[in-house]
Amino acid sequence: MDYLPLLRKDKFPHIWCEGCGDGIALKAILRAIQNIGINQNDIAMVSGIGCSSRTPGYVDFNTLHTTHGRAIAYATGLKLARPELTVIVVTGDGDATAIGGNHLIHAARRNINMTVLVYNNHIYGMTGGQVSPTTPMGDYATTAPYGGMENTFDIAGLTIAAGASFVARSTVYHAKTLERMIEKAIRKNGFSLVEIMSPCPTAYGKINKKGLPKDLILNQKSQAINVDKAREMSPEDLRGRIITGILADRELPEYISTYDKIMSSAQRR
Amino acid sequence: MNPRTYMMQGNIAVAEGAIDAGCRFYAGYPITPSSEIAEQLSRRLPEIGGRFIQMEDEIAAMGAIIGASLAGAKAMTATSGPGFSLKQENIGYASIAEIPVVIVNVMRGGPSTGLPTLPAQGDVMQARWGTHGDHPIITLTPASVRESYDMTIQAFNMAEKYRVPVIVLLDEIIGHVHEKVTLPDVGQLKIINRKKPDTPPEEYLPYIIDESLIPPMANFGDGYRYHVTGLVHDETGFPTNDTLKIEAMLTRLNSKLDKYLDEIIQYEENIIPAAKVGIVTYGSSARSSRHALRMAKEKNIDVSLFRIQTMWPFPTKALRDFGKNLSYIIVPELNLGQIAHEVEHAVGHSVEVLRVNKITGEPIHPEEILNKIEECL
Repeated sequence: MDYLPLLRKDKFPHIWCEGCGDGIALKAILRAIQNIGINQNDIAMVSGIGCSSRTPGYVDFNTLHTTHGRAIAYATGLKLARPELTVIVVTGDGDATAIGGNHLIHAARRNINMTVLVYNNHIYGMTGGQVSPTTPMGDYATTAPYGGMENTFDIAGLTIAAGASFVARSTVYHAKTLERMIEKAIRKNGFSLVEIMSPCPTAYGKINKKGLPKDLILNQKSQAINVDKAREMSPEDLRGRIITGILADRELPEYISTYDKIMSSAQRR
Repeated sequence: MNPRTYMMQGNIAVAEGAIDAGCRFYAGYPITPSSEIAEQLSRRLPEIGGRFIQMEDEIAAMGAIIGASLAGAKAMTATSGPGFSLKQENIGYASIAEIPVVIVNVMRGGPSTGLPTLPAQGDVMQARWGTHGDHPIITLTPASVRESYDMTIQAFNMAEKYRVPVIVLLDEIIGHVHEKVTLPDVGQLKIINRKKPDTPPEEYLPYIIDESLIPPMANFGDGYRYHVTGLVHDETGFPTNDTLKIEAMLTRLNSKLDKYLDEIIQYEENIIPAAKVGIVTYGSSARSSRHALRMAKEKNIDVSLFRIQTMWPFPTKALRDFGKNLSYIIVPELNLGQIAHEVEHAVGHSVEVLRVNKITGEPIHPEEILNKIEECL
């Protein structure tokens, strides 16, 4: 299928650097939407601040570029006021888990029907490469000149623990798998999150001497390990690996469905 | 008795005013002394098909009402000082993206956690300049329970008409005082809804610059696919670095209310021609002032009164006229003179502006105002 009609082509060229994974992720999102066959008028794409959060500018949906960290909060109001819209949040590791971490865990806890796509590039790219909650310990950043000294967030694990219906992780190297995961996430009635490993050759790759942009993407192939295989491996063997696959897919009460039931009974009283 | 006659507090009047104005979305976070608004709406909104959500924090509540408004709902949040501070960044977003929202701030003593259950009027400047950058904003300050109801309706009407965040600024006394009120029939109310585009989607310019200075607003999901951002944008809604487009957009944004000042600015005046002393006041301090005026009258002292109803935009021109025949203006307020500065600016050097201030969490006693009046004689 031709996904170009879903793009605002006059807004290109995009702002992403050569070798950035965000363009591959965008294509996977558009194909997932086409696979489901959702009308463009019925999609609201909401983002915060950062490289990934510029995505809504390039897609021909109802698009909302909010403040730093708050995309999920805005999306919650939007979805509640107009539940028939398919709400997709595009965000990054800093936007979603540092400044916006509270909104992420509470939206997951409510299990409100929306899809959050977190592009994890281990760094604050747009502001020039500062350390993020997912920068691996010991890796360098402009604000970690001696190497990162903090433990990192497992974004997918955090979201599962908080109560989301559907959580998956993939990489931009595995573009086709990523597309299928995003499709499943959007179809799920509940809070769904896909953690998309999207390398940043400019801000993260260069300072950490990770090689050429293509090397960062090819590394994902060797780093990725399917969750079923990972279960049989020791923590030592999993060090430096990316556990991919569907990590949670479960039936839990969805917030708006529950609200609507309570609203009906309140109106009958 | 009229079935719409109640004994109620200001906070409940705000909640009922919101419902009668058409509010169908509320997001909030618990905070004293505003929580009764959330409690009332958590019960009332589901009954009428509306949405109530208690968010994880104040910032989220502000974000949620912007999202809901963009989807077409009339949306409100309520808070007090600490929460009002937290909401400021997103109030700026509503201002630049021109999303109609109503924010209620029931003021308590500050700064920081301050005096949670005691009255203050210390947020009047924050209501105007709390968010960064030049921006339009409207603030209304009720002085009674009935006025809390009326002004909440006006706040929604103004938000919808001018596409601007509107702040309803109560103080703890107005929020919690119980008064007998008879609410008007809902059918009799003047309700304004946002202007929608009459152009087809492919021709829609979401931030068009026309004579009205207020662009028509399409709701998300109505078939007008457009982009909304907190970045400075051009008429298409997309960010721009073109200085001419930036200037055009920011000029329209910051002058759009000027065109409608006559209908936005409301105040109450009681001018005694012989008076050399006037009082300029608002909110609960207006109630102390009225009492002081009665005490002055018993002593045959003439005093004029100007009660600010629309705090922002500030009634500068009306106050200039009010001050023309006066020698002294007394400004009683529960802060250290935030509005007295504005009054001085409005009336110029020919009138001496005197202050009656209190920040200890007590209301201003009428005697304190009367003493100040007598100092002027």
